[in-house]
Amino acid sequence: MAVTGAILVLFLVGHMVGNLKSFFGADSFNHYAEWLRTVGSPAVPNRVLLTVVEIALVLAVALHMWSAVSLARRASKARPVKYAAKRKSQANGYATHTMRYGGVIIVLFVVWHLLDMTFGAVNPEGFDAEPYDRLVAGFDPSRWWVTLFYVVAMIMVGLHLRHGLWSAFQTLGLASGRSYGKLKAAAALVSLVLVVGFLAVPVGVMIGVIK
Amino acid sequence: MGMNLTLKVWRQNGSSDEGRMVTYKVEDVSPDMSFLEMLDVLNERLILEGDDPVAFDHDCREGICGMCGMVINGVAHGEQRATTTCQLHMRHFEDGAEITIEPWRAAPFPVVKDLVVDRSAFDRIIQAGGFISVPAGSAPDAHSVPVKKDDADAAFDAATCIGCGACVAACPNGSASLFTAAKITHLGLLPQGQPERDSRAKAMVEQMDMEGFGGCTNTGECTAVCPKGIPLDTIARMNADYLKASK
Repeated sequence: MAVTGAILVLFLVGHMVGNLKSFFGADSFNHYAEWLRTVGSPAVPNRVLLTVVEIALVLAVALHMWSAVSLARRASKARPVKYAAKRKSQANGYATHTMRYGGVIIVLFVVWHLLDMTFGAVNPEGFDAEPYDRLVAGFDPSRWWVTLFYVVAMIMVGLHLRHGLWSAFQTLGLASGRSYGKLKAAAALVSLVLVVGFLAVPVGVMIGVIK
Repeated sequence: MGMNLTLKVWRQNGSSDEGRMVTYKVEDVSPDMSFLEMLDVLNERLILEGDDPVAFDHDCREGICGMCGMVINGVAHGEQRATTTCQLHMRHFEDGAEITIEPWRAAPFPVVKDLVVDRSAFDRIIQAGGFISVPAGSAPDAHSVPVKKDDADAAFDAATCIGCGACVAACPNGSASLFTAAKITHLGLLPQGQPERDSRAKAMVEQMDMEGFGGCTNTGECTAVCPKGIPLDTIARMNADYLKASK
C-alpha cells in the first residue's frame, strides 16, 4: 500500500501542476500536453517516456488495489461474527474509515476521467480535439453532473491522502511518536493543496476564467 | 437510590452454540460499583432463580492482570479511556441506560462461553519470540548493563501491555498488531533484547499472521481503547524491525 501509494501521490502532484497550465491559456496547456509526448526526443522516440510512466502507473494502481482487497479479505475473515452494537470511531479517524469505499469511488472516477479527457469517448469534443478544448467542453456548465462527480472524487482523494500519506510512513517504519504531529500536519497540508489545485480548474471553467 | 439498567448480553453456551443477545433488567445498582460488580449482582440473581450465570473472565479486579474485557456499547472496555472493564464504574452510565455487552469478536479468539474468549493465540505469539535467551542464574547487578533513560521509559511503556486483547476487539481489521508490537518494542529497545531482535520480529509477526488476525491499516482504534495506552509508534517500530529482518 505504502510504496504504490507513494508512486501515485507523485503522479498526482505532477498532474495537478500540469492542470494549472490551463490558467495560462490554450497554447500553454496544449503545448504542455504535446511536451508530455515529445519529452526526451530525439534521444528516445516520441511517447516512449510517457508510455513507461503509464505502465508504471497502471501497475501501481493494480498492486495498490490488490493490497487493499487482500487486507479487506483478511479483515472480514478475522471477524466472522460482527458486533451487534453500533461502533463509533474512538480514534477520531474520519478519513481513516473512508479508505475502502473512498478508494472504490476514486477508481470509478479514474475510469470516467480517462474516457472523458484521455480517450474523449464521453467528451463532447471527442478524441480528435485539442486537449484544452476537451477540458473546457468537459466541464461545461451544462454538464454540471460531471463537475459534481469530479468535486466528490477530489474530496475523496483528499481524505484518502489525509490518512494515506502519514500511514505510509508508519507502514514503512519511518514514523515515531515524535514525528506523528508533523507527519499528520504535512499529510493534511499536501492533501489540501492537491484538492484545491485540482478543483481550481473546473471552478475556473465554471466561472469563465478558463474558456 | 440505585440505578436501573437494561442489559443486552451475548449468551453462548459453548463453541458449538450459535449464541444470541439476551435482555436482562438489573435494578438498584450502586453508582460506586464497578462494571463487573454490576454483573455480579445480575449473576447472583440468575443463580437464585436457577438460571445459568453470565460467564466472564476476571481476576485481579484492579486493572493489572488483563483477564477482564468485554465490548460495552460497541467500545472495548467501554468509553472511559485507559480503563479496564473492572475499573470502569457505574457512575459513568445514566440511570435507565440500555447497555450492550459483547465478547471480543475475532476468529482467533473463539468464544468459550458467553463473554469468555480463548486468547491462547496471544500466548503462541509470545512463544514464537517474545522472550530473551539469557543464562538463568542470580539476578545481575542493577547497573551492570547501562540503558538510556529514553529507551528505558519507552520500553517500560510498551511493557505495561497486559495482553487483554482490547486492541484486537477494537480494530476494524481484527489485527493483533498493537499487542505484538508492544512486546517487540519492549524487548527490542533494551540491550538484552538485541541478539534476537531480528528473529523475534520476524517470528512474532509471522505467528500473528498464522493465527488469522487481520492486517494493520493504521486506524489507531487500538491505542484509543488500550487500557494501558500503548502508543501507536510501537507498530512503526515493529514494521521497521520486520522489514529489516526480511531483507
